[in-house]
Amino acid sequence: MWYLCVFFHRYLDYRKPEVESLAELFGAFENNQNDDVGSKLQWKLPQHHHPDSPFHLVNLPSEQIARNIANRSILVKGMYEVWGEGGNYEELKDSIMSYPDERKLPYLDSNSTFRITVDTFGRVISQQEQKELIQGFSYIPFKGKVNLRNPDHNFWLIEIDNSEGSNGLPRVAQKTIFFGREVGGSDRKLIPTYELKSRNYLGPTAMDAEIAFLMANQALATPGKLVYDPFVGTGSILVAAAHYGAMTMGADIDIRVVRDGRGPDCNVWSNFKQYGLEMPIGLLRADNNLPPWRPGLKEMFDAIICDPPYGVRAGGRKSGGRKLLKGAVEPYIVPDDKRTDHIPSTAPYSLVECVHDLLDLAARMLVIGGRLVFFYPFLREEESPHNHFPEHPCFKLISSSEQILSSRYCRILLTMVKTGPYTEEVNLAARIKHLEFRENHVKWLEEGNLHSAVFSPADTQLTEAGDYKIKDQKPKYRGKYV
Amino acid sequence: MRLLTHNMLSSNIKGVVNGFPLRIEAEKVLEKNVEMNSDFLKKMFEKIEWKAFVEASRGMGYTELPEEADSSMLDSDEFLNRFHHALLELHLEEGALVCPETGRRFPVRKGIPNMLLHEDEV
Repeated sequence: MWYLCVFFHRYLDYRKPEVESLAELFGAFENNQNDDVGSKLQWKLPQHHHPDSPFHLVNLPSEQIARNIANRSILVKGMYEVWGEGGNYEELKDSIMSYPDERKLPYLDSNSTFRITVDTFGRVISQQEQKELIQGFSYIPFKGKVNLRNPDHNFWLIEIDNSEGSNGLPRVAQKTIFFGREVGGSDRKLIPTYELKSRNYLGPTAMDAEIAFLMANQALATPGKLVYDPFVGTGSILVAAAHYGAMTMGADIDIRVVRDGRGPDCNVWSNFKQYGLEMPIGLLRADNNLPPWRPGLKEMFDAIICDPPYGVRAGGRKSGGRKLLKGAVEPYIVPDDKRTDHIPSTAPYSLVECVHDLLDLAARMLVIGGRLVFFYPFLREEESPHNHFPEHPCFKLISSSEQILSSRYCRILLTMVKTGPYTEEVNLAARIKHLEFRENHVKWLEEGNLHSAVFSPADTQLTEAGDYKIKDQKPKYRGKYV
Repeated sequence: MRLLTHNMLSSNIKGVVNGFPLRIEAEKVLEKNVEMNSDFLKKMFEKIEWKAFVEASRGMGYTELPEEADSSMLDSDEFLNRFHHALLELHLEEGALVCPETGRRFPVRKGIPNMLLHEDEV
């Protein structure tokens, strides 16, 4: 059955992957013959709508699944069963009249309550006008009572008119009017509740609440699952996973961040307590480059979600790497009497190495079908030779969603599914792939280079003759929404 | 630190062959209530090294776990409760994890094990 799926007009790239992930979570693909991972839904655009339009049509196996998706989604405003559509109100009337009665009558029953809401996209209309539009529906035999607060059935008149100026941006939609019954709507109250500005314990790279929820949805976080973040920091990503009932576990190389925080009631634990969430199962200080997992331990986690340190806001660190002191021949040995409270020095951790370790960790520690969800930095210059996603033989990439951060660089949320078991051969193959990847990326991705690409002055982008025209790039306007 | 975490950790000092299980030196053990999820417990039962788990629970002062266990016992509520309590409700708040081979102590402070190695151990 096709449903009208209306999105909030933000994070355009994240919308369909979120719905597809939730469709998987709520069992939309269970009857599929081919158990191919990362199944896609069927999507359609209303006529003359740009792919960026907030209005899409999606085919889902049941109303229950549509409702579940809409209720949990961050970016879906609502899912609707369309009773009629048209370019003007005459067409809409004809379309509603010809919609089969057996689909309509059960919701027009005299024992039920209902409400009609008018929603417009692209223009604002007055209360008076709304009232007139609603009264225009006298041709639909509503028998129930009106209840504005808590109706049994919610009907929506959605008028899309994007024809008048849209700040010079391309039009995303042609004039269309929909009338339909709401199947489910999202709970955006979640976002203000979890907003970072109300969070007790924050770090400089704490994950924005909305994105953290999108990540938790990509990871299919749900009760009974164990979710791990190897760069846990203040726990901002795990908070979202815990909200959906998942068990959480996190590690960080910085002990002050995970253990001490800013005091007894301002640390990673308090961030969970603040929202009444189940505390993480475990927090530890460990180095992702040399993880302390026991031999033979594998397939522990259902999902790994993280935002690896890639050297723009914060650089990664790993164990080891103390430089030899002048005149010293032997590597540094910690004297026995200083071992107890010794603070080991750390070395820079390049992004290439970090991503390799992350894929290796995920290949070993995720269950088959488990998901790896992480951010990866990208330069937005066209056809940059550096723009390749990391790969691993155990994983299949199922979605990549761009978040534009400046005209020059962005980060991409990658969602991968583990499709094969981790064996010695796989480990070897991954190592070879990593070396190739490293060869091609080493110059760009090594410590500091990404940082300078992002922060150096923009004059390389100016054209000659002092003409301050910036090179034409990918559709920049999307940045306005994102 | 809960015993689930303990069961996953080993000493990864360079050259150490038998870094598991880490011996628990308990200074302060807390009990915190956690809601039981039997599906999660059943899943974790498959992954746990039972012998090390029983030993660790003794190190924390809990002696109610049977020496041997197999998956048929998961049908018993009594067993499930004990397993749940030992796996998720016992917390090592202060103490240390000791490498069985070298005797190196990994301190546990405020419930967080510090598994980072010194420069000469990597």
